[in-house]
Amino acid sequence: MKYLDEFRDQDLAAPLLEELRRAVTKPFRIMEVCGTHTMAIFRNGLRSLLPEGLELISGPGCPVCVTSASHIDAILTMAEQPKVRIALFGDLFRVPGSSGLSLAYASSQGAKVDIVYSPMDSLELAKKHPQELVIFLGVGFETTTPGIAATILAAHNSGVDNFAVFSTHKVMPPPLIALLNDPELQIDGLLCPGHVSTIIGAGAYQPLVDKYGLACVVGGFEPADILQALILLARQVGQGEARVENAYTRAVRWEGNSRAQQMVSEIFEPVDMEWRGLGTIPLSGLAIRDSYDHFDAEKRLDIKLIPTEEPRGCRCGEILKGKERPPQCPLFGSRCTPGNPVGPCMVSSEGTCAAFYKYGG
Amino acid sequence: MNPKNCILLDHGSGGIASQELISGLFLKHLDNNILASLEDSAVLDNHPGKLAFSTDSYVVDPIFFPGGDIGTLAVHGTINDLAMRGARPLCLSLGLILEEGLDLDDLERVIISIGAACKEAGVPIVTGDTKVVPRGKGDKIFINTSGIGIVAEEVNISSTMARPGDVIILSGSMGDHGITIMTRRAGISLDGNLASDSASLHELVALLLDRLPPDSLHTLRDPTRGGVATSLNEIAAAAHLMAEIHETDIPVRKEVRAACEIMGLDPLYLANEGKCLVLVAAEQAEEALKLMRSTSVGNESAVIGSLKTGTPGQVVLRTTIGGSRIITPLHGEPLPRIC
Repeated sequence: MKYLDEFRDQDLAAPLLEELRRAVTKPFRIMEVCGTHTMAIFRNGLRSLLPEGLELISGPGCPVCVTSASHIDAILTMAEQPKVRIALFGDLFRVPGSSGLSLAYASSQGAKVDIVYSPMDSLELAKKHPQELVIFLGVGFETTTPGIAATILAAHNSGVDNFAVFSTHKVMPPPLIALLNDPELQIDGLLCPGHVSTIIGAGAYQPLVDKYGLACVVGGFEPADILQALILLARQVGQGEARVENAYTRAVRWEGNSRAQQMVSEIFEPVDMEWRGLGTIPLSGLAIRDSYDHFDAEKRLDIKLIPTEEPRGCRCGEILKGKERPPQCPLFGSRCTPGNPVGPCMVSSEGTCAAFYKYGG
Repeated sequence: MNPKNCILLDHGSGGIASQELISGLFLKHLDNNILASLEDSAVLDNHPGKLAFSTDSYVVDPIFFPGGDIGTLAVHGTINDLAMRGARPLCLSLGLILEEGLDLDDLERVIISIGAACKEAGVPIVTGDTKVVPRGKGDKIFINTSGIGIVAEEVNISSTMARPGDVIILSGSMGDHGITIMTRRAGISLDGNLASDSASLHELVALLLDRLPPDSLHTLRDPTRGGVATSLNEIAAAAHLMAEIHETDIPVRKEVRAACEIMGLDPLYLANEGKCLVLVAAEQAEEALKLMRSTSVGNESAVIGSLKTGTPGQVVLRTTIGGSRIITPLHGEPLPRIC
């Protein structure tokens, strides 16, 4: 397949690995922020090939994993309402709320829950079920938000009344800053998320370089992309430099996608947001602006978020911060498995725990 | 809808409407002497050898899809389960649970498919039953087929027979059925020819049993739900051996790969309905591969790996770029991801 096979080629990967080995001149730690990176690294068996001294830790970049239990509880409350139909991306289906129950269970008890592949599909559902309020669960980072903004605009323009979005959208730079302010977290560089960067641009990481002296490289998701990004990171760290570099030039520009950015800011405004494991981070979320509040499920159903506690023993918070690895969690692999997840890092296919469980740490 | 054109509760009553369904539809397309006798059970001739007996239920949605339908699946699936123990399938039963309101044309289409699949496989339906449930209590049509087969006395094929050094052959491309169903459900239309691989494998198995030296064919498995990943885990666990497979050697159609990329799925976990994993002694691997490739259902067969001593029960994938990762069994339904 074009744009995939050529970046998965062993003849290309072998010399890149050799170059990476040469570039790693001292031990250093890189955080891969994006869940898709975590998964790609495992899927391709990259960990087994990385040179000694290079440690990869997984950051808070799986949107399902960082969705707080109180948000899941609110979703379950909405799903219980008789004239509500929930539309969602598949990996939210099994995420447990504070009671341990999930939408999968709600669905078995008669809640109307539809897995969709595009937010636009939920608009079609609304047209098909005019007697119900179709609520799309807006979960995701900058990559996902423009499509949902476009859906709200489409609903607005076509006068679809029975459609709303429950927004737990999050933006990427604020949690990174929150993590970097944590003195316990020692990292030398960031493998910056390729998909998010297509929207926000590589330039979005410049403040991290300026304030924290962190090496930042935007990487794609195929093995050769990741290796290339790691080589650039290793060179920066080895030479004591810090700057933003873009190793994913076929998709990412310095300034990002301004059209998508405009559409998002037309619909959404920054708000404080609760993250699972990280607490509330100022201006790290997106809420629907008052001018579109008809499409805001939280307002329309008067949903209140009720603070909850993390499940006992669950180490997702520490794992999301990159402070612990999944096998250190007492629940990992025993009480918490992909089939019966306790914490969010196990439930999403892109969660760090799921990746460790599936592909072996 | 004109009531004459759909299934009514009466069709499951055992009365006149049931009789009309049997004679007007089932016997028309599934006719054979044993079924036509319409007795309470089928009486079969005795055959030398051991009996294999298997049952499976089919609830696929949508009921029609490119490459087959719920009827072809119900025939091929049970035939394949018998064949995976080295059995020669003799006959099948057919149990239908129909939802009130099912379009009779759809039912006829399914029964025609069943008749055609049985004829092609040479395995008749010899007994059957039909029930109708009220609308909303079922989903169009559910099918159960059970099958009986004969295993020759000297044949002993099972996961526990797998041996270190055995070569793992997959009889063709992986994931075709699973991705066809998932993209249909998702309403995703892709260019290319995504189609289910629904097919019966007993002739391929019979060829291997006939032509390979005795005891060289050890294990057969059809990687249906849970895919190749789950089947290999089951084999490795039963045999207390490690399976090692090579990503570059596993055949996957490019349209299947593309759909997997879009939906965030791994073809190793997708269902197949016309493929089998063949574990054969290393010295016979080349011959087995040649035989498999000579069949229409196995013409894309490929050696994908081998069994080793190593960690018992573990399946390891050597990736395209030369890394390795552990392949676990499937947990829950494969779900598409957010981004």
